Amino acid sequence: MSKNLYEKVWDAHTVAELSDGSTQLFIGAHLIHEVTSPQAFGMLEEKGLTVKYPQRTFATVDHIVPTNETEEPYSDPLAQEMIDAIRRNTRRHGITFFDTNTGMQGVVHIVGPEQGITQPGMTIVCGDSHTSTHGAFGAIAFGIGTSQVRDVLATQTMKMGKLKVRRINVNGTLAPGVTAKDVILHILKELGVNGGTGYAYEYGGEVIDNLSMEGRMTICNMSIEGGARCGYINPDETTFAYLKGRPYAPKKEAWDAAVKHWEAVASAPDADYDDVVNFDAADIAPTVTWGINPGQGIQINETIPTVSTLPEDLQSSAREALEYMDFQEGQPIEGTPIDVVFIGSCTNGRLSDLQEAAEAVKGRKVAEGVTALAVPGSQIVALEAERLGLDKIFTDAGFQWRQAGCSMCLAMNPDKLVGRQICASTSNRNFKGRQGSPTGRTILMSPVMAAAAAVTGKVSDARKVFTITG
Amino acid sequence: MALEKILRRSGKAVPVVGDDIDTDRIIPARFMKCVTFDGLGEYMFYDVRFDPDTGKKTAHNLNDERFKEASIIISGSNFGCGSSREHAPQAIAKAGFVAVIAEGYAEIFFGNSTQLGIPCVNVSHADRLKLSQAVEEDPAQEIIIDLEKMVVRYGAGEVPCAMREANRQALMSGDWDPLQELIDNADKADAVAASLNYI
Ligand code: SF4
Repeated sequence: MSKNLYEKVWDAHTVAELSDGSTQLFIGAHLIHEVTSPQAFGMLEEKGLTVKYPQRTFATVDHIVPTNETEEPYSDPLAQEMIDAIRRNTRRHGITFFDTNTGMQGVVHIVGPEQGITQPGMTIVCGDSHTSTHGAFGAIAFGIGTSQVRDVLATQTMKMGKLKVRRINVNGTLAPGVTAKDVILHILKELGVNGGTGYAYEYGGEVIDNLSMEGRMTICNMSIEGGARCGYINPDETTFAYLKGRPYAPKKEAWDAAVKHWEAVASAPDADYDDVVNFDAADIAPTVTWGINPGQGIQINETIPTVSTLPEDLQSSAREALEYMDFQEGQPIEGTPIDVVFIGSCTNGRLSDLQEAAEAVKGRKVAEGVTALAVPGSQIVALEAERLGLDKIFTDAGFQWRQAGCSMCLAMNPDKLVGRQICASTSNRNFKGRQGSPTGRTILMSPVMAAAAAVTGKVSDARKVFTITG
Repeated sequence: MALEKILRRSGKAVPVVGDDIDTDRIIPARFMKCVTFDGLGEYMFYDVRFDPDTGKKTAHNLNDERFKEASIIISGSNFGCGSSREHAPQAIAKAGFVAVIAEGYAEIFFGNSTQLGIPCVNVSHADRLKLSQAVEEDPAQEIIIDLEKMVVRYGAGEVPCAMREANRQALMSGDWDPLQELIDNADKADAVAASLNYI
């Protein structure tokens, strides 16, 4: 039987079998950010160790950077302490750091691909669960804890158990107004938030083949929301075209050799999988969440489920969700009033996401009483967006146009929900308190759906609001 | 460096009711602005322990005097889902907890916990309810997680528990922190690095 990409990459990076039977895996590229790395550097120094392969680690700041102030010291002294720490640590250990003054800073999962650091066939780790994003390029990429960040800094390897691989086919063609975000919210709703435990997800099928790299990143990004440690898509011409000419992508003859290698690392057409699941694009409509985990989703024209009709193991969290969200069973989700709109994050903070939303809100106004934020995922995204005049479209419509960062995705910076506010958000998690207020509420959706929510002040079907037809 | 061989963990337990307890709940992101893990214990489960509006202590089990001495958490399925933040198991450890008994765990949380020497064992739904009920009725009873026999003992008897074999072995042999072993294989790692055609 032929190998899939996961197995090929795994084999190529296996260093040794460890005493407990797990594998020591070599890590091709290590990305770090300010929240989960300072403790790891501390542990390293405590043991008198150094960074083994500093050229394989790349750093940026994203979680704590304010998106509305540039002057340092920041008004939050803890944020300043964290940015100072990563500056000190990267300087001391000779690590490339995309700092705020480089024009290349941004959310770590946006920076890696746009610099061309993320490439097919690599192993990539970062102390951040959404590292699965990089799988869009055919890399095996997963989030790790801080002690493992320490291990990778010290040895460029880590201990890992091999995952099973589930192939997820999305067949057919997406209807107009249905986006990559809807595809992944649909998959999560069908397979559940822990359906992927122990698996890597390999996404394929016509829908995936036809997606842009940005759409593919949106899908792989949320693999972790389904419990899958990593998700990936086999590299193809779309992947190569995206990478060509990026700063860290191979050049000249090296490029041709790399493409050959990348083509060879893709799963063989007759590759073996531990499980295969098929979805039909015709069944996918704009999808939003109604609950407190990303698997609690429904299509925009559906009603919030009746708890007793759900599988038994989902009932208690559904009850908890209804209570927290203050929603009723059987209530339509369409028309739910919202207070805040957040367009951004490593799920949907790339240029095409902002373009889709800007195109939709062009010439319209954010509804009365709604606070709307458009937050580019990186400084490069910001610059390109501004060159296209998207900032102007957003601000004319009444959005706030911010600087690059994670912003209200998890609200470790000043961008936070207040009290019980409900946010229409393009991010990836709707956990209780996720967006900075312990009682704040999040409804996940695509950028164009968030744009529709912004101009109507409620959860709306973007296809109707913007007359999107085929 | 030889680490403690973890064959069992024992102590009083506290039921933390619910499924899908995510890491944002275990340690809210706003408490992650720190460059060391030292002070995290205080903020473990902060938003369920303190009423967000009044700031007053809630009626949560973690605030309950009866469970004050607890050092083992009992919870539902998919415990520790969400972000990869090691801040979550670190907060649990810093708050004085030494083990978790639940119906299931998110992958990253489980791995992070093992690496910190915090055994996370699985029990069935029925057994979780049995244990929780027993502990609710008599919070003072000793709970023993026996990794050799893979059982959880409590006042009225015992229930079977499970754990991925590699992690169980790592805990029992004192290899739960793999760093030294990884360092020892440096030559092999260098050979793999040389064989890769990137960076
Ligand atoms: S944008 Fe959100 S999910 Fe992505 S890295 Fe930042 S905080 Fe994490």
